[in-house]
Amino acid sequence: MELKAKADHRTLTLQLRGELDHHAAKRLVREIDLVVEREVPQQLVLDFSAVSFMDSSGIAVVMRAQRRMQELGGSATVIEVPPQARRVLHTAGIDRWVKIK
Amino acid sequence: MERENYIALQFPSCSVNEGFARIAVAGFAAQLDPTLEELGDIKTAVSEAVTNAIVHAYPEEIGRISIKAKRSGDVLEIKIQDWGQGIADIAQAKQPLFTTGGEERSGMGFTIMESFMDEMRVRSRPGKGTTVVLRKRIMPRMGKK
Ligand SMILES: Nc1ncnc2c1ncn2[C@@H]1O[C@H](COP(=O)(O)OP(=O)(O)OP(=O)(O)O)[C@@H](O)[C@H]1O
Ligand SMILES: [Mg+2]
Repeated sequence: MELKAKADHRTLTLQLRGELDHHAAKRLVREIDLVVEREVPQQLVLDFSAVSFMDSSGIAVVMRAQRRMQELGGSATVIEVPPQARRVLHTAGIDRWVKIK
Repeated sequence: MERENYIALQFPSCSVNEGFARIAVAGFAAQLDPTLEELGDIKTAVSEAVTNAIVHAYPEEIGRISIKAKRSGDVLEIKIQDWGQGIADIAQAKQPLFTTGGEERSGMGFTIMESFMDEMRVRSRPGKGTTVVLRKRIMPRMGKK
């Protein structure tokens, strides 16, 4: 799984590429924490357009990102979610806590 | 085309094998001519069961995981087995959001397996291990060979 970060004013966009499973999540969580700490954004946008697979490990990653952003007084949004990952997020009812576009 | 078929595989509980397990079962399932959505459901359910074995069954050690996949007509059956910690209260473990995994987990694995497959059965004994059996009927599609 690859992570590409782009900061624009107070919006930090993270593009995730590859398969988001438990194996990938272990490193991904640390990388997101680091870049959020560095950029201190108001808005965190998680771009899922290149996520080719996601399981419940991704739910915890998204929820953690949302919690980190709330601590900073901001929020997280997930965008461009492909069908398979969308089904997982929807089954978990995660849209109650995080904005999914 | 064979209507009855099976595969069996075993691997150590290293997280790098999660992707391999998904791809192996998806490759076997391909003979049932699933849709892309059905294939996604199968991969997701396998990933949940295998990740559970890696994370919960063998938290402090590397143990053995077995997968058996079987095709009977239109029905795909996948059995994921470990010889790890086991589950004391299966009904509780199946509840959405129930987790013993802390903030790295969300407690949605069993819920996802149950809703992505037609049937899920869990057998477990503390100290002995856990077996998850998943079943899904793959509807024959129009115009199929
Ligand atoms: N193979 C297993 N061996 C031992 N305990 C297990 C096993 N599978 C599941 N469990 C127990 O059942 C609980 C619920 O499992 P489930 O997959 O639903 O959620 P989770 O793994 O905690 O979180 P998520 O799957 O959302 O990442 C786990 O927290 C764990 O306590
Ligand atoms: Mg799980």
